[in-house]
Amino acid sequence: MPEQNLLSGRGNAFIAMAALVFLYIPIVTLVALSFNQNDLTTIWSGFSTKWYAAVLDNSDILRATKNSLIVAAVATALATATATATALGVVRSSSAHRGGVEGLLSLPLLVPEIVTAVALLMLFVLTGMPLGLLSVILAHTVFCIPFAYYPIRSRLAGLDPALIEAAADLYASPWKRFVRIELPLLSAGIFAGALLSFISSLGDFVITYFVSGPGSTTLPVYIFGMIRTGVTPEVNALSALFLLASVVMITVAFVITKRVADVARAGPAP
Amino acid sequence: MNPPRARDLALTAPALLYLTVFMIIPLLLMLYVSMLERAPFGGVIWGDHTGVAYQKLLFERDLAGNLSFNGDYIAIFARSFRLAAITTVLTLVISIPTALYMTTLSRRRAAFVLFLVTVPFWTNLLVRNFAWILILRNGGTLDQGLQWLGLTRESLDILYTPLATGIGLTYSFLPFMILPTYVALERIDKRLIEAAFDLGADRWRVLSRVVLPLAMPGILAGAILVFVPCLGAYVSPELLGGGKSLMIGNLVQAQFGASRNWPFGAALALVLVAVLMLALLLWRFLQRRMVRTA
Repeated sequence: MPEQNLLSGRGNAFIAMAALVFLYIPIVTLVALSFNQNDLTTIWSGFSTKWYAAVLDNSDILRATKNSLIVAAVATALATATATATALGVVRSSSAHRGGVEGLLSLPLLVPEIVTAVALLMLFVLTGMPLGLLSVILAHTVFCIPFAYYPIRSRLAGLDPALIEAAADLYASPWKRFVRIELPLLSAGIFAGALLSFISSLGDFVITYFVSGPGSTTLPVYIFGMIRTGVTPEVNALSALFLLASVVMITVAFVITKRVADVARAGPAP
Repeated sequence: MNPPRARDLALTAPALLYLTVFMIIPLLLMLYVSMLERAPFGGVIWGDHTGVAYQKLLFERDLAGNLSFNGDYIAIFARSFRLAAITTVLTLVISIPTALYMTTLSRRRAAFVLFLVTVPFWTNLLVRNFAWILILRNGGTLDQGLQWLGLTRESLDILYTPLATGIGLTYSFLPFMILPTYVALERIDKRLIEAAFDLGADRWRVLSRVVLPLAMPGILAGAILVFVPCLGAYVSPELLGGGKSLMIGNLVQAQFGASRNWPFGAALALVLVAVLMLALLLWRFLQRRMVRTA
């Protein structure tokens, strides 16, 4: 088949493989070196898990992890609730209303992080708000809202409006329709959205770096400090653990959204 | 067109309110701060409005109070542009063949490759850039590998150069380009490609005259998704670039850190946003023109 000829040229396959190798070499290097016995981080001298033990023994790291989890959990809850309401509000609304809402929602993704970071820093400092966990949570919710919104919105767009109409015809109240029909059907989208905002909150460095205070250091900010001072392979072990956590979460999100896609393709469930 | 119903307005109100307070107002505040005088220890002096922060982009004032042209900041803007443009082109050159290859795979395999491309995209940016320090630094894994192969004897001295920043940026944003390019190529009606072959076009012609023009909106979307965060990048130049390859993001950060010049930092951030808005407008224009010709 000539079409196959064009698209599956050997050159393309080679570049695709090279791209995947390029994407994974740093990750593999990092994980491999985190098991290095040596203090000099890049010279291999033997297998050891002592850096992992050091990470788990470091009370600053545990505190930063706790901060990260608190921030991610609260920001995700706020963002997911807001995003779900927004998605329900635009789905049957006028295109002008939807356009305006989605324009504003995409702003945190369009404006460079560093700009959002300094703008929020100025807002907090000039209004006298102390920099701490609360300011970090408020800042994270800004970019978590769009991350939560898009999966919910696309799930909602795939719903059959007849289901809601049928419930209305059967005298279900608007609240009952929401709780019994829309929410269960949307749950996979809401879960995927929540997971994506949780991952992006957990991973955020730039914005947190600006709006956090001394007691509200999160894990990425702590890792940045470790890299800056150039300490032991402990940072490799910590980074590897962090990578592992992200990979697990994104795999879960992927499996769920794929299952959603499969269900949608197969038609509404009986 | 009907005005939005009260219920819909009420449901969207929390998000609109939240983003107005924590996105629009901070940006407006930044605009205002950029027109104020700096306070000696950070912060600003309220009341006096000046254009000093913008003047500083191009001119410096010596001790005698005379203005003279200063190209330092322009050079940083130019470097950021160059790095963002090179990164965009590099990711494009890698993504098009990769995405073309992905379209030839079975559904299952394509989904798996898509997953492999997506995973780094969601893992922590800071950690992924840190990993490049381990590879690129003197005596790092790249040096060790090349020396083991007998290709080099000395260190390559790549870390803390613009090259290292370029590698970090390309690495960070490659998934942003592969994903939309793949989606665009996947959507092309395969019959158009077959028709072009049947009419005697060779591979190169089919690619340049049929496939790429049809995929162009997706490719342009990818280019914007790479160019925008690259121009405002902070992490890659900070960790990999060293002092000689500062980008706009580092310059903005410095004004809120050591330099304590908020108005200048705000002005720099606004110029960055203005430049990106221009790029987006250009993109819209190109996209519209392409839709019309297609």
